[in-house]
Amino acid sequence: MSQLRAALVLTVLFTLLTGLAYPLAITGLGQAMFPHPANGSLVKRGEVVIGSALIGQNFTADRYFHGRPSATSAADPADATKTIDAPYNAANSTGSNLGPSSKALAEAVAARAQALGEGPQPADLVTSSASGLDPHISPAGALAQVARVAQARGKPEAEIRALVERQIEGRDLGLLGEPRVNVLALNLALDAAAP
Amino acid sequence: MQADLLQAGIYALSLLALAVPLGWYMARVFTGGVTFLAPVERVILGAAGDGAEQGWKAYAAALLLFNAAGFALLFAILTFQHRLPLNPQGFDGLSWHLALNTAISFVTNTNWQSYGGETTLSHFSQMAGLTTQNFLSAASGMAVAVAVARGFAARQARHLGNFWTDMTRAILYILLPGAIVLAIAFLALGMPQTLLASVDATTLEGAKQTLALGPVASQVAIKQLGTNGGGFFNVNSAHPFENPTAITNLLSMLAILAIPAAFTFTYGRMVGDRRQGRALFVAMGVLLVAAFVALYAAERFGNPLHLAFADPAAGNMEGKEVRFGVIGSVLWAVTTTAASNGSVNAMHDSLTPLGGLVAMLNIQLGEIIYGGVGVGLTGMLLFVILTVFLAGLMVGRTPEYLGKKIEAREVKLAALTLLVMPIGVLVFGALAIATGTAQTSVQDQGPHGLSELIYAYSSATGNNGSAFAGFTANTPFHNTMLGLAMLLGRFGYILPILAIAGSLAGKTPAAATAGTFPTHGPVFVTLLILTILIVGALTFLPVLALGPIAEHVSVLAGRAF
Repeated sequence: MSQLRAALVLTVLFTLLTGLAYPLAITGLGQAMFPHPANGSLVKRGEVVIGSALIGQNFTADRYFHGRPSATSAADPADATKTIDAPYNAANSTGSNLGPSSKALAEAVAARAQALGEGPQPADLVTSSASGLDPHISPAGALAQVARVAQARGKPEAEIRALVERQIEGRDLGLLGEPRVNVLALNLALDAAAP
Repeated sequence: MQADLLQAGIYALSLLALAVPLGWYMARVFTGGVTFLAPVERVILGAAGDGAEQGWKAYAAALLLFNAAGFALLFAILTFQHRLPLNPQGFDGLSWHLALNTAISFVTNTNWQSYGGETTLSHFSQMAGLTTQNFLSAASGMAVAVAVARGFAARQARHLGNFWTDMTRAILYILLPGAIVLAIAFLALGMPQTLLASVDATTLEGAKQTLALGPVASQVAIKQLGTNGGGFFNVNSAHPFENPTAITNLLSMLAILAIPAAFTFTYGRMVGDRRQGRALFVAMGVLLVAAFVALYAAERFGNPLHLAFADPAAGNMEGKEVRFGVIGSVLWAVTTTAASNGSVNAMHDSLTPLGGLVAMLNIQLGEIIYGGVGVGLTGMLLFVILTVFLAGLMVGRTPEYLGKKIEAREVKLAALTLLVMPIGVLVFGALAIATGTAQTSVQDQGPHGLSELIYAYSSATGNNGSAFAGFTANTPFHNTMLGLAMLLGRFGYILPILAIAGSLAGKTPAAATAGTFPTHGPVFVTLLILTILIVGALTFLPVLALGPIAEHVSVLAGRAF
């Protein structure tokens, strides 16, 4: 009996301590000390929220740099039991989960590469990300799009290329992770510098 | 390549630098040497009211009762979340089978997720339900390891300690302070922590984007420290909110392995022979590095089917994030499968065939390459008993460990646990195929389909929680069977090792003689590693040949499905 009592009492006590007090205290701390990241690292233009610095968004126009293929989906507005492709749906993260021997994956990779040009293309531009929300592309992936963006904007390629190079982020602390370009930041800089 | 190996080296050295002092600290905590929260401890244990020394049966009963109470509460929270507060998106209660699966999953420290967090669970469920069990299941596993270490070290004793005290100390002195520090670091590095559910943005191209948010940092901190692994979001630590930078990636990986690795040193101190702990650390380390080399080579080489279209310089990037690249994803995949954590920062379903094989095998070996907090160590000790038994057979002497005779009872109990993985993976997997439920749940055709099924049941039985996520697990059959596999994989190891500890506690250690087989030297470590690999290979090679190996050969031959 004493064991049962201990089990029940400690379940309740620790739910209060670790399930409520702990996350709520961290929430209070986060809101007080780090309000920008705690609320999603939102990027605003004026008062309008245009996205999060951490979350990729769907770019399709020629005048913008494009992010990686995204496998996220959303409920079909016509039939809620079905889903439709909805790239960069930040309310429903997912990867493609296609296996390495998948024919569908091989065909998708081939089609994406051929749309970009001849021969092998930067791997990040032809494969879908893990989250479907990857905010980054590789420097090679950005440079591969310079000609298209320059043409769509009627600007010299050298100017756009210089802009991309300024946006390349190195490894964190010079050691960790991979060199990369944040696509939203790049496109914002592009709109500001070469409208 | 150089930059990759440099990152691997930084990780390995940081882990060692963290695990050694933490091992010392944890040994002090569990022997009552740390008292800075003594008043809080007294209030909590006073309310619980049962602080007497327990034999192995009473200790196990306490653990089972505590986990049963946690299961009942979590099941109720998930089922009735629509009537509870903090449900800003108005999510419905979970179906019985999903609530059953999820409650078992979090109570057994598996954190298998048949659901997507941001589309299924209220903030209340995530916090009061899941975050609580992240702490309690981890503390339960740690208590088991402590009791086992006491039993192995004791001299003619009947008791292993008190479960309530050990579990409470694990939370107050290790998990909670660690989680608070880590959560604050995560906040500073960009993770969200809010009670809002989402924010609507208007993208540069004018589309609406709903950004799911929530109390992320607090949950991620404990999901890593406690080797739980259950993500706030569907894609877990691949989500930029759940793992925003390469620095959070490194901190997360360190948090996953810190306590399991430190436990080897804690164990060495608690049994009064630090060489014993170091030997286990080395054996686990060798297996970890071997797994890393194999997985890294496979992912770096890339997918032969895509060579004509994807520049091979970056390796296999399907299902990976640019900020981590191949190296950050590979280090994580090895870490999370070795440690029974199960959080992912890349989609394991899209790993190359051999990369996926390594991830799967790490789990199938029984989650003893550091393993889950506490239970990784005790799982390894079961292999130690089998190894001294085999070594004893070879030289014709009665096997001994820490000076104590290993006799029929201990060997039988240890051998019994060898059945856990094959039953959970092979028998349950075969049942799923025979009933046709496997075929309707797998996403991919060909050998990869089998890999998806086998990975799911390996993950559940190994209490890992990661997935080949193309597999549709949210069905009554799989939710129930995976739930049973998780229970089997948790208590099928914990009860026998507690029984062994109870039996060894009563024995008198004999002094080492010239004929004693030392269990801390390179010969023993080699034998231990070989025993683990032989058991794993004998059990799983056939099914691995039909799954990932067949797929590898197909891909090399240019065949897709």
